[in-house]
Amino acid sequence: MAEIPEYAVWLIFLLPVFSFAFISFVIRPFFNKKAELAGYLTIACIATSLLFALWTLYSVLQTHEHQLDFHAHEWLVVGSHQISLGIMVDSLTAIMLLVVSFCSLMIQIYSQGYMHGDPGYCRYYAAMSLFTASMLGLVMAGNLIQLYVFWELVGLCSYLLIGFWFHRPSAAAAAKKAFLVTRLGDFGLLAGLLYLYFKTGTVDIGELHTMAIAGGIAASTLTLAAIGIFAGAVGKSAQFPLHVWLPDAMEGPTPVSALIHSSTMVTAGVFLVARTFPIFVGSETALTVVACIGGFTAIFAASMALVATDIKRVLAYCTVSQLGYMMLGLGAAGLVLAEEGHATLELAKVATAVGIFHLFTHAFSKALLFLGSGSVNHATGTFDMRLMGGLRKHMPWTYLTFLVGSICIAGVWPLACFWSKDEILVKAFELSDARVILFYLGLITAFMTAFYMFRAVFMTFHGEYRGGASAAGHGHGSHGHGDVHLHESPPVMIAPMLLLFCLAIGAGLVNVTGWFDRFFGGHHVVGWDHLVRIFTASENNNVALISSIVALAAIGLAYAIYKAKRISAESMGRTFRPLYTVFYRKYWMDELYERIFVVRVLLNGLFRVFQAFDTYIVDGLVNGVAGGTVMAGRLIRNAETGRLQTYALVMFAGILIIIGLVYWLT
Amino acid sequence: MEFADFYPLSLIIFLPAVGALLIAVIPGLDSGGVKRIAAFFTFCSFALSLAMFCLFDRSSSAYQFVESVSWIPQININYHIGVDGLSMPLVILTTLLGFLSVFVSWRIELRPKEYFAWLLILESSILGVFCSLDLLLFFLFWEVEVIPMYFLISIWGGGRRAYSAIKYVIYTMFGGAMMLAGILTLYATTGTFDMTVLAGTDFADLVAVIPLAAIFWLLITAFLIKLPVFPLHTWLPDAHTDAPTAVSVMLAGSLLKMGGYGMIRICVTVFPDVARDYAHLLVILAVIGILYGAAVTIKQTDLKRLIAYSSVSHMGYVLLGVFALSDLSITGACLQMFSHGMVTGLLFAMVGLVYDKTHTRSIPELGGLARQMPIIVAVFSVAGLASLGLPGTSGFAAEFIVFLGSFTSTAVAGIKIYTLLGALAIVVTAGYILWMLERVFYREPKPKYDGVPDANKLEMAYIFTFVAVIMLVGIYPRILTDVIDSWLPTMPLP
Repeated sequence: MAEIPEYAVWLIFLLPVFSFAFISFVIRPFFNKKAELAGYLTIACIATSLLFALWTLYSVLQTHEHQLDFHAHEWLVVGSHQISLGIMVDSLTAIMLLVVSFCSLMIQIYSQGYMHGDPGYCRYYAAMSLFTASMLGLVMAGNLIQLYVFWELVGLCSYLLIGFWFHRPSAAAAAKKAFLVTRLGDFGLLAGLLYLYFKTGTVDIGELHTMAIAGGIAASTLTLAAIGIFAGAVGKSAQFPLHVWLPDAMEGPTPVSALIHSSTMVTAGVFLVARTFPIFVGSETALTVVACIGGFTAIFAASMALVATDIKRVLAYCTVSQLGYMMLGLGAAGLVLAEEGHATLELAKVATAVGIFHLFTHAFSKALLFLGSGSVNHATGTFDMRLMGGLRKHMPWTYLTFLVGSICIAGVWPLACFWSKDEILVKAFELSDARVILFYLGLITAFMTAFYMFRAVFMTFHGEYRGGASAAGHGHGSHGHGDVHLHESPPVMIAPMLLLFCLAIGAGLVNVTGWFDRFFGGHHVVGWDHLVRIFTASENNNVALISSIVALAAIGLAYAIYKAKRISAESMGRTFRPLYTVFYRKYWMDELYERIFVVRVLLNGLFRVFQAFDTYIVDGLVNGVAGGTVMAGRLIRNAETGRLQTYALVMFAGILIIIGLVYWLT
Repeated sequence: MEFADFYPLSLIIFLPAVGALLIAVIPGLDSGGVKRIAAFFTFCSFALSLAMFCLFDRSSSAYQFVESVSWIPQININYHIGVDGLSMPLVILTTLLGFLSVFVSWRIELRPKEYFAWLLILESSILGVFCSLDLLLFFLFWEVEVIPMYFLISIWGGGRRAYSAIKYVIYTMFGGAMMLAGILTLYATTGTFDMTVLAGTDFADLVAVIPLAAIFWLLITAFLIKLPVFPLHTWLPDAHTDAPTAVSVMLAGSLLKMGGYGMIRICVTVFPDVARDYAHLLVILAVIGILYGAAVTIKQTDLKRLIAYSSVSHMGYVLLGVFALSDLSITGACLQMFSHGMVTGLLFAMVGLVYDKTHTRSIPELGGLARQMPIIVAVFSVAGLASLGLPGTSGFAAEFIVFLGSFTSTAVAGIKIYTLLGALAIVVTAGYILWMLERVFYREPKPKYDGVPDANKLEMAYIFTFVAVIMLVGIYPRILTDVIDSWLPTMPLP
């Protein structure tokens, strides 16, 4: 097979754009009665994108450098400034294209069943197409401005999809919140981008890579730029302190959550850090920030997942936590590299493999888990785990896939996430001095992850059925699937879940022999016996063994509490009441941001003062001047009485005064 | 015969005025006839300017389609007009908005003859400002514009229309008086009203009647009011809110740009050194305008007033771009003028539609309209997103170029901090736009708005035209930046 031509790479992104445009401008206005066309078209386009993505992967593999070179096209020329339009295809892009198009395809197929009969069917598929297209465009962007463009478009699509059921006030608010919180991060990205351009005169990613590694950019510049870029990543990847939007984002249809959480939107932040990694490598400060924010977010989000009762919320916090892991992996790998000194571009790229590998394995399992939660919702009409239970018997396929997804996320050998999580922990363990604490944070998080995932499994699928939406009176979180009866979801929903299920099991195997690392430019080769030897191999300090024991212990604890009921969950809640409250109230961060900062400080504080200033001072002054003029006119007009006697009197008085003055002065 | 032999620029400027004259003199014309005449003449003007845009030589920095006739030879005043890369985009913006605003006004039934006559005269006067190459001619057009505005607001407006109209007039006249003083002192110093001559004047050899800085400030005061700049902005929310929809479209879309245009054409070009001296101060005013404007916008509860205040913030980007004094930032400012014209024009048109259907503009009273008017909400959202600078719309291209140009400028100390402060407004802007969309269109539909109609065919035609232009410029900004760029070499930049 030949190397992929440039236009075919563009098509990966343009095909979903086409399906978006065609649905919005042709199908929706003229063929709304045949809305199912929208679904088919989207699936066809994204499937073709997937094929091209595979071709891209193949072509990248064929090249020695694992990179395809395409020249950039002129887009905007002003004076001496030139901004171009180009694509950058290296191993990172190839993997991302594959993950995004595959996950999206699975989710679009699933949506055929899930969104069946929704009045916004066309709008749904149009937005999903644009969402996928934006993310595909983002991962192949050749320069930072182009990346920023797609970055913002991804934000727009998430806004449209989270607020898909806009008539629900909570959905409308969540959509707005997602856009605004991520935009706060985008400001950092914009600032970093402007600063880099000012210092280097280029926004081309390839050129920036070379310059940053070769020392062509001052260390202080790298630090500032990297922190700015990371701020953008913190927003999009829902890292502390900008994580607040992601749990609310589940107001959108469940397949949307699956897409946002697995491969599109939230992974953009991790991708961005990986994409600009050579800039980070030049700044130990920035890398430390990345690793610390990542490590902290991992455990911070996991703590809230422990007590969440909404199955999607558990998964949402799980995503935040896993993204923290990815950031930790990137930061730690970079720090290890920086400590060794003499970083090269190649080594910097290899270092990203750790974090991106977790992104890769996590994408499949998280998509699977969300689709599973959607399937559960399809049957029970609720997302509240307290109203579920016993679904194992009624939904065997959903149960099986959800269980495997949970085992995978929990990091149990030999499923996908085990391998990637292990690598991150190994990297964190290699950190020097106090930073090794990040390893312990990661380990505790692993325990918590396994615990809350299995808490969800047991609460949802085991025990007795507790009535679903009908028990809650009205459909909490449901979107009106009518009367609720327990049933397995249709094959169109199960089939994509099974495909993802296979990947959740097997995706980790690609790096058992170090293939994934080699794809990113590494040279380390190990045999397939590593599959078992990982527990005895001395070079990874038995991290694999420790983390496995931790995960199994957590599963055991969850079993004891939620399945065997040896320990009562209620008594646990009572014992740790303050802690439970803190977790359950999400550390009061929503209150802090929304009620205190936005409402009290800005809307009713600062902005109100400005508004009053504008009305009473600025405009008041204007009206005051006008009023003063009128007043003065009125006063003076009083003199103009028209009566001759008055005039004569005034004249006489005036003459007297003048005479008096003259007399007095002389 | 060549295109240029037909005096196309004069035709573009005066065709709307001819239409106005016809409307006024043809007896027994019904309202349909009036509208058709208005549409015809504004269309001809637009079509000609489109042809001119296509024929515009993008490799030349000189004035093109120049016409010059001696008018008052005793003091060397000429009817001298022409376009270059700076004015061309604004001319086409004005003719397009003039054409579209006829359709925006299609529902006007109160004294339609007068209304459309004034509307067309307004368009002619704005075009005259952008094309004049003689300062006195420039001033003449500048002042003529007040008359139609006064009548349009005070007769066909709403709310406190008399107050708003007189406020507008007084503000403009005040600025106009200052400008006239500036023009006359400039004439006394240089002996010419010719802007092409003035642009290259070396003041070192001349004796200025009053300090150059004073002339600069006399002139720029008028432009700062028009733009508007904090703290001279309070006429704008009143005038916009109380003007009829189409007049708001013209006012926000085209009229405000006279301020930005004048600043670049006269203040920066004729007095580059003075401009550099005061750039710091003006950049600070710009940043205050951007942030303060955005903060006040968010507190508005009247839909139209909210859009009006957003202009204060958005025109701050223009001022920032102009006085960052780099080629990129000024290009961005020019692009922002065009973009703001289309985007805010569309926003006002959309507010007009919502008001037409629901008879209220109060945000708390509206709500849940997305179900009842899907097309209006879609277009309103696009306009809103363009206003908050989403990529793919002209708003992004313009703002981004302003940021990039200002940040990398070396003319003003501390410009990086100012640019970043200004860029912070992207968050607040997103806040007021999305919050407005949420309160007006999302949440539970209200039964009292059941059965309100969506946009009709005519309305769809003009709002989609806006959308198409906004997206065209957003995706391919070169269509304008190449034109703007052609004129940049004449700019005396540091």
